[in-house]
Amino acid sequence: MKINTMAEMMANNETPDILFWVGCAGSFDARAQKITKAFATILNKLSIKYAILGKEEACTGDPARRSGNEFLFQMMAYNNIQILNGYGIKKIVTTCPHCYNTLKNEYPELGGTYEVVHHATFLEQLIEEGRIVLKEDHPFSEKNISYHDSCYLGRSNNIYDAPRKVLEALKTELVEMKRCRSNGLCCGAGGAQMFKEDEKGNKRINIERTEEALETGAKVIAAACPFCNTMLLDGVKNKEKENEVAVLDIAELIEQSMI
Amino acid sequence: MQLLPQIAFAILTVIATYLFAKKASEIRRNILLGRDEKISDNTPQRWRNVLLLALGQKKMFKNPLVALMHLVVYGGFIIINIEVLEILLDGLLGTHRLFAPILGNGYQWLINSFELLAVLVIIVCISFLVRRNIIKLKRFASNDLNGWPRSDANYILFTEIVLMLLFLKMNAIDTLLQSRGFGHYAQNITGNFLFSQYYHPILQHFSSESLMVFERICWWMHIAGIYAFLNYLPYSKHLHIILAFPNAYYARLEPQGKMKNMPEIQNEVLYAMQPELAPTETAGENAKKFGAKDIYDLSWKNLLDAYSCTECGRCTTACPANITGKKLSPRLIMMKTRDRAEEVGKSLNKNFTTINKESTLLHDYITVEELRACTTCNACVEACPVSISPVDIIMQLRRYLIMEESNAPQEWNSMFSSIENNFAPWKLSADTRDNWINDL
Repeated sequence: MKINTMAEMMANNETPDILFWVGCAGSFDARAQKITKAFATILNKLSIKYAILGKEEACTGDPARRSGNEFLFQMMAYNNIQILNGYGIKKIVTTCPHCYNTLKNEYPELGGTYEVVHHATFLEQLIEEGRIVLKEDHPFSEKNISYHDSCYLGRSNNIYDAPRKVLEALKTELVEMKRCRSNGLCCGAGGAQMFKEDEKGNKRINIERTEEALETGAKVIAAACPFCNTMLLDGVKNKEKENEVAVLDIAELIEQSMI
Repeated sequence: MQLLPQIAFAILTVIATYLFAKKASEIRRNILLGRDEKISDNTPQRWRNVLLLALGQKKMFKNPLVALMHLVVYGGFIIINIEVLEILLDGLLGTHRLFAPILGNGYQWLINSFELLAVLVIIVCISFLVRRNIIKLKRFASNDLNGWPRSDANYILFTEIVLMLLFLKMNAIDTLLQSRGFGHYAQNITGNFLFSQYYHPILQHFSSESLMVFERICWWMHIAGIYAFLNYLPYSKHLHIILAFPNAYYARLEPQGKMKNMPEIQNEVLYAMQPELAPTETAGENAKKFGAKDIYDLSWKNLLDAYSCTECGRCTTACPANITGKKLSPRLIMMKTRDRAEEVGKSLNKNFTTINKESTLLHDYITVEELRACTTCNACVEACPVSISPVDIIMQLRRYLIMEESNAPQEWNSMFSSIENNFAPWKLSADTRDNWINDL
């Protein structure tokens, strides 16, 4: 399967319809790479003309900014915007809510204005347009699913329905956790917490959230963020439930279920 | 001699208004100690927020029963103030029930509805006291409220109950004296009112003269109580009944996930990358601090937030860090910000020029441990009924820690250097960024 970089596209005088912004987790983290591959597979199956930045992609600066290092954030933003503008990028799709939030909300006033779409919304549109068709007997047809709201998708950007509509397309039962949608509980990774030890307390946040997710009895915990995915998977392993309960991204669920 | 009560009342009114205005202007001054921030876009949406969030209390309705109870106290407070207008005019003009002849039959209907509200307010205030002190709801039992804040809440509820009882008793004596045809009470026959009439059996045994003294005492205590309450407000969390409105107007309209830009750093990076764009002469700009160390570095809106906080604790109940036993409590972030603003205000009152610089908001009030625990999930912002953002303050203090004090946990420093060198928060070579393609 061939995945073009922007540089290759440029060399062939081609313009992609979308840029797939992979993000650092999706590029480097073994678990998140699977999400990236699932999403790329969907794009390929549907013959969508897209490209990635490849080695030219760099961290958006989200964890730097949220830990307080504005200098580093501004440097990353400057370089990314130079590259994106240099290629004349119009539309970006990303599988990471943190990248999504930064690209969509924080880059415009720094000179980088693009149409930014999170893959939850993108997949929802493809399903609605009938371009993604799901199998009748997909691997999750007998399993109920509980969706965990990512803070940077939900509260930060008011995207609650799109990922749920994607999951509804699987025609399995969706069970909500006690704290869901705008009341959703954080997985514990945001605000650069992913990159440091927890402060002193009596519990890890991802354990609190995982317990709530397990309470629903769902066999699949669905996420739409690579960091939430890692946190919840760690939680499920901590509870020694990894053989019964799967933590999957909506892109993985769709990729494994589509014709 | 007949004018004496009127004069006394006028003096009391002037003193109460003056004291309130003085304290209000001090609070305004304290809020304006904050950094300038222009908030003037999208006026229609801002007014919609005032209507929905402040007047309509939209966020309170996440819990409909509590919202309804809160609405009763709030409605009671506002509507019964129409009655206060009559009391005020009666006091100044030396009249009795000025509105009765003007409104005719409508008057009894009006006072009946006030009495209904008064009774409802009493019931709700008692249930609120029970929730706080007997059921000990978690967010009220929290250590956040130890000391003054816990008493403050109880004083408010207690005062409201007393004020309502005085209002009912005053009406009861009045209507009883009317039926006895006593003195000036007989001039405006309003008939018995909805609830206060049930006081009558207790009051029957007293002579008309002593009842008149009671009625006057109730009347004076009621209005003096209201004036006292007015002047208590600015010292109390109860100030939210006023500041919720401007705070809803100035609430952030941008997506919650968007952090405020720092144009000074944006430009510095730009000039480093493209030196040709740098201004040839460095403008005589004062070395500006990056981030916030004290209230002066925060925006005035952050300080308005702090004064609008009613310490309800919905933010802290929703905070993932707090839920899991970390030291961070968004409510305390707001309370400490207000405490610091008040402390600075007090030293300004004593001496108009010097500002208390001995302590600062960062470190002396808010600790590094609290700041480090925030996941920026915005659950606190979402939960707040009066549009406060604790996250905005936390992020500004974090910026100061990193950029002015180089105060970061070791793991964050590694993350920074990885981002700088490998363009990703992990120590992995940038050359391997697209290695995942090979597996496809």
